[in-house]
Amino acid sequence: MILKMIFNFAVRETPMSEQEVRLADLREGEHAILTELDLPHHTAEHLMCLGFIPGVEITVGKSGPGGDPRVYNVDGSNVALRRDVSLNLGVKPRLWRTQG
Amino acid sequence: MSACCDTSVATSSQPATSGFRSVAIVGPPNSGKSTLFNRLTGLRQKVANFPGVTVEHHVGYIRNQRDEEVALIDLPGIYSLTPKSEDERVTVDVLNGHMDGTPKPDAIVLILDATNLNRHLVLAARVIAVGLPTLVLLNMADSLKAQGGSLDPLALARELGTPVALVSASKGEGLEIVQRFISTDGQPTPTIIPVIKTVTSDVVRCREWACTVAQNSSYQKPIPSAWTKRLDGLILDKRWGPIIFAVVVVAVFQCIFSLGQPLSNIFQALLDGIGARIGALLPAGLFQSLLIDGAWRGVTSVLVFLPQIMLLFLVIGALEDSGYLARAAVIADRTMKQVGLNGKSFIPLLSAYACAVPAIMATRTIEDKRDRVATILIAPFMTCSARLPVYTMIIAAFIPEHRILGPIFGSRAAAMLGLYVIGFLAAVVTARILKSSILKSKDSPFILELPPYRWPTFRSLGLRLYDRCKAFLYRAGTVILFVSLALWAFTHLPLRHGQPPDIQDSLVASVGHTIEPVIRPLGFDWKIGVGLVTSVAAREVIISTLGTLNGIDPESHALSLQQALHSQLTLGGAAALLIFFAFAMQCTSTLAVVRRETNSWKWPAIQFTYMTALAYVSALLTNILVTRFFG
Repeated sequence: MILKMIFNFAVRETPMSEQEVRLADLREGEHAILTELDLPHHTAEHLMCLGFIPGVEITVGKSGPGGDPRVYNVDGSNVALRRDVSLNLGVKPRLWRTQG
Repeated sequence: MSACCDTSVATSSQPATSGFRSVAIVGPPNSGKSTLFNRLTGLRQKVANFPGVTVEHHVGYIRNQRDEEVALIDLPGIYSLTPKSEDERVTVDVLNGHMDGTPKPDAIVLILDATNLNRHLVLAARVIAVGLPTLVLLNMADSLKAQGGSLDPLALARELGTPVALVSASKGEGLEIVQRFISTDGQPTPTIIPVIKTVTSDVVRCREWACTVAQNSSYQKPIPSAWTKRLDGLILDKRWGPIIFAVVVVAVFQCIFSLGQPLSNIFQALLDGIGARIGALLPAGLFQSLLIDGAWRGVTSVLVFLPQIMLLFLVIGALEDSGYLARAAVIADRTMKQVGLNGKSFIPLLSAYACAVPAIMATRTIEDKRDRVATILIAPFMTCSARLPVYTMIIAAFIPEHRILGPIFGSRAAAMLGLYVIGFLAAVVTARILKSSILKSKDSPFILELPPYRWPTFRSLGLRLYDRCKAFLYRAGTVILFVSLALWAFTHLPLRHGQPPDIQDSLVASVGHTIEPVIRPLGFDWKIGVGLVTSVAAREVIISTLGTLNGIDPESHALSLQQALHSQLTLGGAAALLIFFAFAMQCTSTLAVVRRETNSWKWPAIQFTYMTALAYVSALLTNILVTRFFG
């Protein structure tokens, strides 16, 4: 319930700023801070149990053939996500990495 | 909640014992839970099933310091205690004492990965909140230290209100504490529980709590293993990944054939020798015939495949334990998506090459119900090890060996590969049909944790093989022995003037002749018909059946099984038999496990009908085509 409130709040109150992009948009080796999980409750909770908690730093890793699914490094563990999931994760790229 | 459950423990436990009687092992996947369990119990364990659910678990026994027996229950690996998957629901039910037939455990051993503590403390909070006496084991202490991490277990124990120990389950270091823990008389309920309970409902707050606890325990996060990163760089590489994947899959099969075949041959010579010795010791007569032609010949004709089957389980076990299979799932995902499944179906489908039964159990990791049923339904099309002996026998009898590609790849290997491909294609096409009709669903999210690479340990591989070996021998000693004996009896009845009849006049021949009209169009004679009937018990039984039938029939007694086959089948019939076995659902164990896993008779019934019909029609077409073009 509380979770749902947080997500609804996050979706409604913070529209996509120019800086905010989707996790799926990042390339291998880039870093970003997770800002929102725009997913059904149980999928979001499963991801959070795996470490995908807003505020955490995500490093983009290798992928399967054709770029999907892709491996993300979160808090010391490697988790593979399909594009349809990573498209629904909002992130803020770490500028000092992405600009270079 | 915990208060009421505590009283139920006091009343439900056995008359005034001190210490714990049953202890549950809980932990997230990849935390070394099974390694710990195997370390503690060794061979003193058995596989059990909770009634009414599909989740399999192990129960093992260890002795406490007072030499009393304590049951250890190895519960499924879980990420949290919100019962969203079947595994988690079972764990929650067992811990709360709501699982029928399993008494509520007296205590919990919680195993966590010390190299990833922050995340795993979230689970710890929820498990401790259950309110049972808990021992927290921080596994992989050796990796933590080697990778520059550190932790003060005493401080963490103060934070959690439970005993905490750094251990290494794979090396067996620090595990004495489990002995000491199970010998205690319980502990006061930790005062931390009310604090924990306020945070467990919300992952974000729970995570904040976990970070604080880790910080207070001076937890220093280890630097992630460079090896895993380096290996992933290669194994998930754009170009090299798929190549390595293909090499691994081919190597698995090559290993089974080029290594397993000679082993099986040696084993066969050994078993035949023993049979001949025993036969010579016995006086000739009905009893000798029953024992040698009936029991021994029947059972050993299947037993010879033990080395090959063990080898397959060894290789797949090693791939799984090393962490490669999870990467293979990532690589296979795109392809699996084409047929409407996801990469997680790859692991069960690969294990189905060994045996459909464990494969169907392995589908539990697929969260989407429809995907799971689809995977269960197509798994038996994968060429399991029980088909291997049937294929080997028929191919050896009918296909002359000549080289196609160098010394390793010949016509027989090509035929075998062809059969594997046919089974795979049948699975793919069936999946496609199912996923676009009765099992249509939206793509389920693909979320898969990739464990760090680890060396598979001899101990865990050994235990796995021991498990499988036992199951196989059990089957050979029960189902196959029974079918062999029944078959022998049927070939020796009805008695005429106290003498067994000619095989042509026996009961088994009349059964065979009754079904002959149905299978005649496929090119099969009555002996094969009997084999098809008996092989419904298990595929490989057809070999023991044909072995027994041809052994008793004076016309074919002197011939080897392969020669006998050659005289009773045309080329078209042999090809039809191969195709029939590729598609038909002749395995009662698989049907039973499908019934259990899907919790209905509907799916096994559909599966059996579909596969048998497909097998019959394809075999018929094969016989007609092969006879016309090659006959």
